[in-house]
Amino acid sequence: MLLKRIIPCLDVTGGRVVKGTNFVDLRDAGDPVELATVYDREGADELVFLDITASSDGRETVLDMVQQTAEKVFIPFTVGGGIRTIEDMRVMLKAGADKVAINTAAIKNPQLVADGAAKFGSQCIVVAIDAKQVGAKKWEIFTHGGRKLTGIDVLEWACRVAKLGAGEILLTSMDRDGTKNGFDIELTSAVSEAVHIPVIASGGVGNLAHIAEGLTKGKASAALAASIFHFRTYSIRQTKEYLQQQGIPVRI
Amino acid sequence: MIAIIDYGMGNLRSVQKGFEKVGYQAEIVTKPERLADYQGVVLPGVGAFADAMKNLKQMGMVEAIQNITASNRPFLGICLGQQLLFESSEEWGETPGLGIFAGQVRRLPSTGLKVPHIGWNQIELQRPSPLLVGIPNGTAFYFVHSYYVAPADQAIVLTTTEYGIYFASIVGQKNTFGIQFHPEKSSRWGLEILKNFGKLVDAC
Repeated sequence: MLLKRIIPCLDVTGGRVVKGTNFVDLRDAGDPVELATVYDREGADELVFLDITASSDGRETVLDMVQQTAEKVFIPFTVGGGIRTIEDMRVMLKAGADKVAINTAAIKNPQLVADGAAKFGSQCIVVAIDAKQVGAKKWEIFTHGGRKLTGIDVLEWACRVAKLGAGEILLTSMDRDGTKNGFDIELTSAVSEAVHIPVIASGGVGNLAHIAEGLTKGKASAALAASIFHFRTYSIRQTKEYLQQQGIPVRI
Repeated sequence: MIAIIDYGMGNLRSVQKGFEKVGYQAEIVTKPERLADYQGVVLPGVGAFADAMKNLKQMGMVEAIQNITASNRPFLGICLGQQLLFESSEEWGETPGLGIFAGQVRRLPSTGLKVPHIGWNQIELQRPSPLLVGIPNGTAFYFVHSYYVAPADQAIVLTTTEYGIYFASIVGQKNTFGIQFHPEKSSRWGLEILKNFGKLVDAC
């Protein structure tokens, strides 16, 4: 049976974890590679690194981080942030990333999804969607951290990128992100039902019941969370034991 | 020493690092004549079946691989590398494979399920094998694929996995093995399988 995935997300800038963590047993709590190794050991199914480095000179350190992660971590990992071209994808995948996530670049140039899928395979291409509710059962895509409205309907866009060859959708609710009020379940289930590719739910996890809800009512294939794992509110192991008790198939 | 065949189909570094992690040295090899220097050979790969066969033919790898499996030297195909061991694939029409195992490579039925099959799925042990020593029944591994192998001879099926249908997730006969999932991306138990292969290489 295909199992539901639990994915910790690490925001990094200049090769360092941004928000800090509460891991007491780490030598360097800001080192993404060390954190990734711990999550692998604890039973995380995958990892996502979101590079929020603003300047281009920070790119080399990110590449170095990807290389080191690939050497030490034996679960799949995705790198997103600042990937705009086929060449950017090639460099990240060659450094050892299993998948790349594209967001704004795909909106500016949807053909990038098709070209990336044709060149590297659909399984490498994750399209990240930042969604904001604009009406009853209606969501639009926002870019630039939720500040810029694009006028693009989320369900239409999700179907379009799936047809173009995206392998997965990383769906973040901008309304819920950072609130700890749980995933936007209506949004998650609407997108999951609209596309034939896996949907990763993101944005709003505050407790374990939220994760369970995203994977059941939300029909997501995977749940992504950051702070509840980084600040040790729950360990990956604890999360999975809870999900198993709820009858959700997970890898323990 | 283990050889990892580089034929332009995907990243091989994680496979190499996986072997190193469990204590076995592995080198990336592009020349068929060099395979004779290694005690075990791994054929990884991600991508299209037809492209892979074209590359293997151009490099002169087809006969070299067939010689290794015929001589019973430990051989491990991973993902596309497993599929290539079979007679043919229905990906983009009918494409002949290496023909080391009898059977076809078929597309996963998409009846209500998402294809490609991506994520962690469980194996059901069908037959004991040195490759599976210490691996508990029901262990989950990381899969990414749209096609699966349908062996003509069920006796080579070592494990099955359920995804709409039951397919052969690991096949093996004597010292030739094929694995549909990615052991190098399957954390602890995936590395354990690489270690078991390493032990086989050491024993030969």
